[in-house]
Amino acid sequence: MLEPSIIKDEEVEYLIKDVYELYGYDFSQYSRASFKRRINRICLIERFTSFAELRYTIINEPEYLKRFVEEVTVNVTEMFRDPYFFKGLREKILPQLGTYPLIRIWVAGCSTGEEAYSIAILLKEANLYHKSLIYGTDLNPSVLETARAGVFPLQQMKLYSENYMLSGGKKDFSDYYTANYDSAKFDKSLQEKLILSTHNLVSDSSFNSFQLIVCRNVLIYFDRGLQERVFRLFDNSLENLGFLALGAKETIRFSKLDKNFHQVDDQRIWKKIDHN
Amino acid sequence: MHTESTNTELVLIGGSAGSLQVILEMIKNISEKLNFPIILVLHRKAHSTNILQTLLQQFISTEVVEIDDKTDIRKNKIYIVPADYHLLFENKKTMSLDSSEKMNYSRPSIDVTFKSAAEVYGKTLVGILLSGANADGVEGLAYIKKNNGKVWIQDPETAEVDYMPKHAVEEVKYDLLIKPDNLADYINQL
Repeated sequence: MLEPSIIKDEEVEYLIKDVYELYGYDFSQYSRASFKRRINRICLIERFTSFAELRYTIINEPEYLKRFVEEVTVNVTEMFRDPYFFKGLREKILPQLGTYPLIRIWVAGCSTGEEAYSIAILLKEANLYHKSLIYGTDLNPSVLETARAGVFPLQQMKLYSENYMLSGGKKDFSDYYTANYDSAKFDKSLQEKLILSTHNLVSDSSFNSFQLIVCRNVLIYFDRGLQERVFRLFDNSLENLGFLALGAKETIRFSKLDKNFHQVDDQRIWKKIDHN
Repeated sequence: MHTESTNTELVLIGGSAGSLQVILEMIKNISEKLNFPIILVLHRKAHSTNILQTLLQQFISTEVVEIDDKTDIRKNKIYIVPADYHLLFENKKTMSLDSSEKMNYSRPSIDVTFKSAAEVYGKTLVGILLSGANADGVEGLAYIKKNNGKVWIQDPETAEVDYMPKHAVEEVKYDLLIKPDNLADYINQL
């Protein structure tokens, strides 16, 4: 069933203003169509019957905010989601990264970590893991706790295993986790090179330089103005000849920074080309 | 049929199992000078490539586009919602993609796109639901009707899989029942 339409357009704006002024999270440049659905969905889940009720809870219960941020952002992800993208990384990009003494990869908006773990597996299989560091960031502290635990629902493993094989994986996917009742705990070694921390693409700045930035299905939730800011942040955080990987239907084509990037693969991977 | 004349700004077509043949039949006979865009929301496998775009483009000179995030909406183009994303409308100019939870076991969900379009386009929207094996789209059609848009449903008698249009006919006040061989004509007359 579809979410109800409880919240009016102008009420969305009040809510965004409250959350920013009270807690510092700035959602003002999130795409409204999706954001409004998320807020209506929260009303459905939490059984708020009016905007006033939701607003009252947000203003008066600071501990509720964590849950609000978690639900208002989309945390749907998979291991090896779009297997052909991961095949592209495996076959075309990792061999090029292999020439660096230290490989730094940023998974921006990593949510519960499934893509970061997928990349760790790719690096292992390419014998590059020992000289790699994967930085996984998200604005949302609670999803990072899930990423840190490395425990995912067992029922997902069938899909992940199929994705893994389609991505060109040759091993038995179940070698990477230990099944326990309804959960799968991923091998500790996949966390050794994984650094998880909070980072908000809306407000935080560049914190390192990378040879690969992976940011998939995050920019779709931002308006073009915010997308432009994030592309600038990525441009500042990428070494020359570094790679930027976006979601299957995301593009840098509409950005001014398009000229600094050359698309290298039909799976939405771009290479940074310094014109200086 | 009693209708006031309203400029159509968007035609949205939703379909699932059995709808591809209807779409192909329509594409072959559709005018190449439409004053509005047509957007297709079809249930597909998650990893399907742009094969549908290539297939449809063979039959028509009007440009067929698989939608990227923040794509501008232009008249006289045919847009396809990509596999594994929901399509939403920011306004009458811009479309956004969304990869949130599936709705009715579907992503794209016809309901999600129909509802979003109903709120943005109101009475200038025509929503069409074709053959299919699940109820996705029925609730969305009701939203389109509620916002004074036009609702067309494939005559269940002509549907390869009649579950979806049958439910729609039972539950939504519709303006027109269409058949595979007259859908293009009706669209051309808008």
